[in-house]
Amino acid sequence: MPSSVIEITVNGSEEEFIAKPGTTLLSALRDTLGLTAAKRGCGVGTCGTCTCHVDGEAVMSCLVPVETINGSDVKTLEGTTPPEGLSPLQQSFLDNFATQCGFCTPGMIMAAEALLAQNPSPTREDVVTAISGNVCRCTGYESIIEAILAVGK
Amino acid sequence: MSAPTTEAGGFDVVGKPVQRLDAMGHVTGRTQYFEDYNPAGMLHLKMHRSERHHANLVEVDTSEAEKVKGVVKVLTYKDVPKNWYTILTLINVGYPEEVVLAEKKVLWMGEPIVAVVATSERAALEGAAAVKVTYEDLEPIFDVEEAIKPDAFPLKPHGTNYFEYEGHHCRRVRLGDVEQGFAEADHIFEFKYQSRPIEQAPTETTGCIVEPQHNGRLKIYSDTQACFFTLDNTALILDVPFGKLQVVGGTVGGGFGGKVDVTVEPISCIAAMQTGKPVKYVYDRYEEMQISSPRAAERIYIKDGVMNDGRIIARQCTLYADAGAYSRHSPYAATKAAAHMPGPYTIPNVHIDSWCVYTNRTPSSAMRGFGVTIGDFALETQMDRIARELDMDPLALRLINAYRDGDMKAHHKVAEGTALIEVIQKAADLVGHELPGELRALSSREGR
Amino acid sequence: MAILRGRGYAAVNYPTGMNLGGDPTQALVHATTTGNFVVSLSSVDLGQGLKTVAAQVAAETLGLPYENIIVDTADTDTGPHCMGTFASRGTHRVGNAVIMAAQEAREAMLEAAAEELEVDAADLETDGTGFIKLKGSEEKKIHVVDLALAAHFKLGRTIAGRGIFLKERSYPEPETGKMDPDSAQAHACTVAEVTVDDETGVVEVLHMYNVYEVGRAINPAMARQQIEGGAWMGVSHALYETTEPYYPVREHGPRDFEEYLMPGPADNAQMTSEIIEFPAANGPYGAKGIGEMTANAPIPAIANAIYDACGVRLTEMPFTPESILRGLDELRARA
Ligand code: FES
Ligand code: FES
Repeated sequence: MPSSVIEITVNGSEEEFIAKPGTTLLSALRDTLGLTAAKRGCGVGTCGTCTCHVDGEAVMSCLVPVETINGSDVKTLEGTTPPEGLSPLQQSFLDNFATQCGFCTPGMIMAAEALLAQNPSPTREDVVTAISGNVCRCTGYESIIEAILAVGK
Repeated sequence: MSAPTTEAGGFDVVGKPVQRLDAMGHVTGRTQYFEDYNPAGMLHLKMHRSERHHANLVEVDTSEAEKVKGVVKVLTYKDVPKNWYTILTLINVGYPEEVVLAEKKVLWMGEPIVAVVATSERAALEGAAAVKVTYEDLEPIFDVEEAIKPDAFPLKPHGTNYFEYEGHHCRRVRLGDVEQGFAEADHIFEFKYQSRPIEQAPTETTGCIVEPQHNGRLKIYSDTQACFFTLDNTALILDVPFGKLQVVGGTVGGGFGGKVDVTVEPISCIAAMQTGKPVKYVYDRYEEMQISSPRAAERIYIKDGVMNDGRIIARQCTLYADAGAYSRHSPYAATKAAAHMPGPYTIPNVHIDSWCVYTNRTPSSAMRGFGVTIGDFALETQMDRIARELDMDPLALRLINAYRDGDMKAHHKVAEGTALIEVIQKAADLVGHELPGELRALSSREGR
Repeated sequence: MAILRGRGYAAVNYPTGMNLGGDPTQALVHATTTGNFVVSLSSVDLGQGLKTVAAQVAAETLGLPYENIIVDTADTDTGPHCMGTFASRGTHRVGNAVIMAAQEAREAMLEAAAEELEVDAADLETDGTGFIKLKGSEEKKIHVVDLALAAHFKLGRTIAGRGIFLKERSYPEPETGKMDPDSAQAHACTVAEVTVDDETGVVEVLHMYNVYEVGRAINPAMARQQIEGGAWMGVSHALYETTEPYYPVREHGPRDFEEYLMPGPADNAQMTSEIIEFPAANGPYGAKGIGEMTANAPIPAIANAIYDACGVRLTEMPFTPESILRGLDELRARA
């Protein structure tokens, strides 16, 4: 199978590159574009550390062959971070001590951003559902849930 | 949820909930983990692993692997300068009994046999899959008490399936006369406890990137929990001066004890030295779950001699830690377990036998609380059973046996800074569990 | 068929640090021209917060703001030796090494300030905001940035310090096991409240009460992270986790987070956590290590709560619904 030319928008900038068949969005972001906020905790869709947005939806980027999303709008944590300071959600993770080793944090924040974009006043249950695909081995989740709920209105 | 309360004790910074130094990096994704480094021309290393629990290697054929497009190097044990090693050699515990790559036999399913280095992860995986190994199966041993039987097949070069502690079969702790204690006791309680292997499961898997430097040295980007420990062990395996290596790390996506073995760095260094290129070797999630060392499964027997009033006057514990195929940190875990027993209680007669036993499973090693976590499960379940049998308040049973400052521990160290009584009293308050006045008045500072 | 409720207790201790063959960690502290102080280490932060602890301890000892501390760690070319992060040793060993280094640096800082202010170093104090000042005076003072510049370019003084903590080796006596294996003991008592569904065998942990005696909580918010994250892991160990579900048979080992069972965010128990502080004589500002032990007491507390709820005594981990149902069957057969 030949490689394909991929054209996607990543964090607002148009990117064009060549990808071998089966290259995942995660690998394109990390290895080709040098955007390393999304992590590879499992590579098989079971940990959520690779969570990014494709056309506004939270996806596990390790499961998405990049050739299948040609033309899409992709957002990563790099794109949600303001040039100076932090987004309200990021600040809330700080205030609530919702990060320890930090390896799950980018995925958690992206999952929560997608939720808050669609549902600015989530219930605890909404939050729990939104991050149910994201594993955290350090915190026990409670501080993360609190951090997300605190930004909800 | 109530926040823990604390007194700051007149300090400016200590005792204050200041923001974590690393939190800003974590929430922006700017924190650099080892795998976020991506040097140009990096090669990828993948392992061909044993498909058998216990077998002789009749033939290892790497010819097909070498033909896979993208494969640049295929490494076997012949490429490893000091293939036999043991990590605790740095502190004089044990002797080289593990191999970096299998030579003539394999002792566990998943044991590394051939390392394949390629220009892409995919080619490395294909190459590893193309290695052909012919096995002659041997009977595996999976049960710790089977393994230590005199007629069991010896897995280890020293001829037994247990670690030897200065001529003893196990690490022993002896205080008083446990048999006499049992003879004097009103009740004897004897129970068995068992756990299974548990994975540390950090969200970041174990791995490293090794990059040859301009000055001939190797720079190792690693998520090890112990930089110099990794450096020293790697240098010994490579048979190079310690000064040839540099380890860089310190920002790790969770460890929980899972990243104190030295399993990825040495072979990656060899690959980097032989190719002159940066090499990455990182466990996939399957490897992290099934190949990296778990918390040992343990079997624990506890026999207690107890008086009618609840005083425990004799405790005998026999622990078997299932080390799996190789030592790694397990010989120390068994010592740590021996020192932890008989728990935070003052018991005049104690007899501890703590065994480190080898079987044909994934080598176990350190995990959060190792040597203690499963022991605490056994000890504190035992305490509950005794309380139930004697129809006593479970907290009262603990309080009357709790160790205090000045008491002699079973391993002949005088206790200080004890506070078991105080945490129990506080917990009782939290849940509205009434304690009688004399137990409420107990203090760890007052001798018995 | 019923949902049965139970409460269980467990009380534990846990050693801070280890002794095998001697257990050292070193730290270096120096001021740059910016007035920032760099703490150089080779220690590893796994997420437990070691960098933060090192910075807090350095700031406290130097008498400077937390913001003035830069922690540069885990490069074996630039950081002094550390045994590593394990055995609940980090806060204790690194904290003590940093205190020693920071004390030496503080002395150098005060001596430089004394020369610059033309007073006696013994009469100087830090005010915690960045000034070194003459005790009892508001005028005679110098900011650490000005002092650092003066030290570098005018006084020709270094403002630096070296620190080490070594837990000396203690090999166990083979016959008796006599040994000195640790530096302190931290303590915990956990109370677990659970329900057991006697039809499905499913255990739900409703509430965990966690009481910890930690010597000193250098950072209470991070201590709480350890306590509650560890309690979660304890619940997970108790009810779900193993790489070998058919132990000792090796088949059907889980390969990923789908197959390796752990509680998810929907399963959280309520947590109530309390910290008690009895400073350890040899601990940095009295601190003991609690990184590991927080997963320990929850396991037997849950086992005992299950017994309290339904009368099933579980002696094998994890406590699966199957094992509870089998236990209930046995109880019924015996009745
Ligand atoms: S890396 Fe994508 S879900 Fe784990
Ligand atoms: S903070 Fe470590 S995995 Fe979530």
